[in-house]
Amino acid sequence: MADLFPITLLSLQVSMLATLISLLIGLPLGTVLALGKFPVRSFLLSIINTGMALPPVVVGLFVAMMLWRSGPLGDFRLIYTPVAIIIAQTIIAAPVVTGLTAAALQQLNPRLRLQLYGLGASRTQMVLALWREARLPLLAALMAGFGSVISEVGASMMVGGNIRGQTRVLTTAIVLETSKGEFERAIALSVFLLTITFLVNWALTIIQQRGRS
Amino acid sequence: MTALIEVRDLLVRREKQTVLEIEHLAVQKGEVLAVVGPNGAGKSTLFLTLARLLKHERGTIHFNGTESMSTLEYRRRIALVLQEPLLLDASVRENAAVGLGFRGIPKAESDRRAGHWLERMGVAHLADRSARRLSGGESQRVSLARAFVLEPELLLLDEPFTALDAPTRARLLEDLKSVLAETSTTTIFITHDLREAERLGTRMAVMLKGRIHQTGEPREVFAHPADVQVAEFLGTTLG
Repeated sequence: MADLFPITLLSLQVSMLATLISLLIGLPLGTVLALGKFPVRSFLLSIINTGMALPPVVVGLFVAMMLWRSGPLGDFRLIYTPVAIIIAQTIIAAPVVTGLTAAALQQLNPRLRLQLYGLGASRTQMVLALWREARLPLLAALMAGFGSVISEVGASMMVGGNIRGQTRVLTTAIVLETSKGEFERAIALSVFLLTITFLVNWALTIIQQRGRS
Repeated sequence: MTALIEVRDLLVRREKQTVLEIEHLAVQKGEVLAVVGPNGAGKSTLFLTLARLLKHERGTIHFNGTESMSTLEYRRRIALVLQEPLLLDASVRENAAVGLGFRGIPKAESDRRAGHWLERMGVAHLADRSARRLSGGESQRVSLARAFVLEPELLLLDEPFTALDAPTRARLLEDLKSVLAETSTTTIFITHDLREAERLGTRMAVMLKGRIHQTGEPREVFAHPADVQVAEFLGTTLG
């Protein structure tokens, strides 16, 4: 279990970075989908909502094909690197963050926007005020995004390759130990995975609940 | 005397239906114009159009004699109070100061101004309380303080008392009347309640089916309705 620390650190680094990138994509995109008025809005929302249930192995397959040495992005030599896992996990988490952001903002009273404009808010100030107003469900969206990637195994395995010391994360390590019949090690890793997931979500929950006035 | 706001030949259509058609409407500085009419008369459409929250298809809206003002600049010279208080999930003080924040007023000054108006609206003791824990009447008082704190040139009120019980409504109406008299804030007050209109308005406009049928001092309008429809709405007879 000497490699437990680097595996855990890599899991956290990869999943947190993927969640952060998903937030940078999902928060503005979800806002546009929630507040915008354009012809294909409902269609795009349906795509995002479908994307929330994307099977990680399908994402893994797609990203692997893209990054494969002979694939369109093969020249970047990213397959079986942590970057490949981050890309795959971002594709998994971004629809979750986007969809839940849109849902959070759509739950607000639509007349609130009129009221904010009527009080002299610019468009940016209006959006910031709405984000602040929906901060509890937005943090829940962030937690759901993180939860969807820290726990996935299919994509990480397919694009990371579970290479010891390089791309092995907690979930892929659990799969490996189970396949070897090393159940004690697998259970220990599982407990560790659950513990860090709990700790991260606990920290986010504290921030979320502190936001309640 | 220059009108603060003057509407000419205004046409608003929604889903290809004409919902508002106003030949002329002017509100002088310091005046409180009560716009009355039944549900569906187009009062709220007028309200949203005057707040530049709804685009009009035709016509002009002059503010202080000019039409060439950006929407943001225009909105920062007015304030609006809607039927629902629509307070943010923050303290009462923060809510009262939100419009000042949008205008980049420093926090110390905005807190002081918000404090003054919360006091004036009788809710200063609630300043540190969460806006989520207020009664309907208290919320609407905060909403009014949030508007007055901006010292707007034009105050737009859209049925602000509708959701309140009768005694709360009566008290708030009296307080609002005295604040308006004291500040001489030019106000357009949308309501379907004739007693409220009579109580608060220095002038009254009767709106039916998207058109203004009559404007005048409330007493005058009640005594001499311009046509049968106005008389019917007011429950009087043509005189």
